[in-house]
Amino acid sequence: MNLKLIVSISKALLLARWKQTLVAAIGVTFSITMFIALLGFMYGLNDLLDGLILNRTAHVRLYNEIKPSDIQVINKSVRYKAYHNFISSVKPKNERLEIYNAGAIINTLRKDIRVIGIAPKITTQVFYNVGPIDLTGIINGIDVEAENKLFSFKDYVTKGNYLDLKNTSNSIILGKAAADKMLANIGDIIQVTTASGNRMALKVVGYYESGFQDIDKIQSYASIKTTQKLLGESNSYITDVQIKLKDIVSAPIIANEYKQVFGLEAMDIQSANAQFETGSFVRSLISYVVGIVLLIVAGFGIYNILNMMIYEKMDSIAILKATGFSGKDVNIIFMVIALGIGIFGGILGLIFGYGTSLLIDQIPFKTASLPSVDTYPVNYNPKFYFIGIVFSIVTTYMAGYFPARKASKIDPVIIIRGK
Amino acid sequence: MEEKVLEAVKIAKYFHDPIKLKVLSDINFTINKGEFVTIMGKSGCGKSTLLYILSTMDTDYEGELLIDNISMNNKEEAELAKVRNEKIGFVFQFHYLLNEFSVIRNVMLPGLKKGVNSEKEVEHSAYEKLKILGIEKEALKKPNQLSGGEKQRVAIARALINDPLIIMGDEPTGNLDKKNSEIVFDIFQELAETYNQSLLIVTHDNEFASKTKRIIEMEDGKIIRM
Repeated sequence: MNLKLIVSISKALLLARWKQTLVAAIGVTFSITMFIALLGFMYGLNDLLDGLILNRTAHVRLYNEIKPSDIQVINKSVRYKAYHNFISSVKPKNERLEIYNAGAIINTLRKDIRVIGIAPKITTQVFYNVGPIDLTGIINGIDVEAENKLFSFKDYVTKGNYLDLKNTSNSIILGKAAADKMLANIGDIIQVTTASGNRMALKVVGYYESGFQDIDKIQSYASIKTTQKLLGESNSYITDVQIKLKDIVSAPIIANEYKQVFGLEAMDIQSANAQFETGSFVRSLISYVVGIVLLIVAGFGIYNILNMMIYEKMDSIAILKATGFSGKDVNIIFMVIALGIGIFGGILGLIFGYGTSLLIDQIPFKTASLPSVDTYPVNYNPKFYFIGIVFSIVTTYMAGYFPARKASKIDPVIIIRGK
Repeated sequence: MEEKVLEAVKIAKYFHDPIKLKVLSDINFTINKGEFVTIMGKSGCGKSTLLYILSTMDTDYEGELLIDNISMNNKEEAELAKVRNEKIGFVFQFHYLLNEFSVIRNVMLPGLKKGVNSEKEVEHSAYEKLKILGIEKEALKKPNQLSGGEKQRVAIARALINDPLIIMGDEPTGNLDKKNSEIVFDIFQELAETYNQSLLIVTHDNEFASKTKRIIEMEDGKIIRM
């Protein structure tokens, strides 16, 4: 009953000065709109930039590394067990990069419920022979379909059909920059030499653009079969197993586990791309800071308007107090006014923010480095909307706090006497 | 013995700014139920100051104030607000109506604040009060559409809504012409005689005061005649 009365008084005071109220609400609306749009856009860009690397990177990569054995023979000797053995100039033995028993490993991984998919791969160093000059390069032998499913291979093949890699034997998709260097058009035959001296002619069926010039200068793709043929290896030869997990966060733990189980090197995505997380974090931080600053500015707007309203409504406050409204009642009246502005402005802000996000989503965004993107990316995470409304209520509460307290302390005697 | 509604015991007040100045000293009087009392005095004699102390809005004084035989000393701000709401009705020189609300709603506000009766009941009694004052036809208008005399009558209706123990007026006719002043006086007179309403009116209008039964005359913060 009492609260209903107080709300009705607040409403009357608000509507009596609806233009002022509207200006205050627009301040909140504007800042929430900008907050939502800014965060959505920033996170969209973040996702895009992260995706640039993360989508194309395996969550866990299993491979063999050529390195000296961790356990030297002398350490195994019972006699010298208690000694500290110094061994200098240890060399790795002539090991192959091949993953032994790759078929069995892949079958085991397929049964692991934490895994979304597996793509085997062969990475090998080659020379592209261009006339008298040899350009260094890397050929990735891939399982075309698995690679496309897990790492959106298709999106980065800017010219030609990616499936030709599988369907045409001895074919290659060249990095765009490498192709430019070699003046190789689609349909042309290029010569490739491996590190061990095998030479092979490959047909160019497409261009690949990753967005990184340095990568495109070197990397090319061929099917696993073609690469095995190029290296002169059997059809079980694989150097890498790329694993995509359901939960990217668990990658370091799972990588460690596989390392133990399979006796291979396992690299998780977090260790491989630590700098990206830092970048994303800093960008989000900046967006939040800008958003919150906007809200604080809006808060000062509300503060000013409430202060003005209190000066204007001194008489009304005085008479309310004279007729039996306590300081607390007056305080609540002004808090309700402030929160009313905050909630109304905030909800409008959410709607406009969503609208602005939709608008940004329509703006064309064409760039050579991002072939799969047509418009500016926007993230519609409900989290931003939730934070937006909570912040609008919190700032208006703070902005209303001091004016409301001032109103509650107004001494009716002074005002009534002053007339 | 008659029923006491208000009693002032040795009330004194000082102004501290800019120098300590005694504005009221040794005020003692009682008002009984149904009495129509005016406080007279020249400007600056402390009569309004006294009224604000008696109305509980000013708490910075010495001595004791009893309303309905209950001491107002050492009461919390919210408790005093409750006393003002339920036991005192105010009429000021200026009407102080809220222009955001209709006339009837203005009259209802203290009743709604009291929160004892339902909105319907409060509305009904507000209408009754307006009828007593002969302005029930203006109930749905906004205060700024009324004349000065009508506004003051609405303010009186508002003072009556909670059937207060006493009505206090601070120069209620100060802003009104002779005709309206007379109307307001007649209303007060009627309230005192017909409804046995206690009234305490501060005024410097000799004519107004001379018509009342009891006059308290003040000079330099002291009661000189009562």
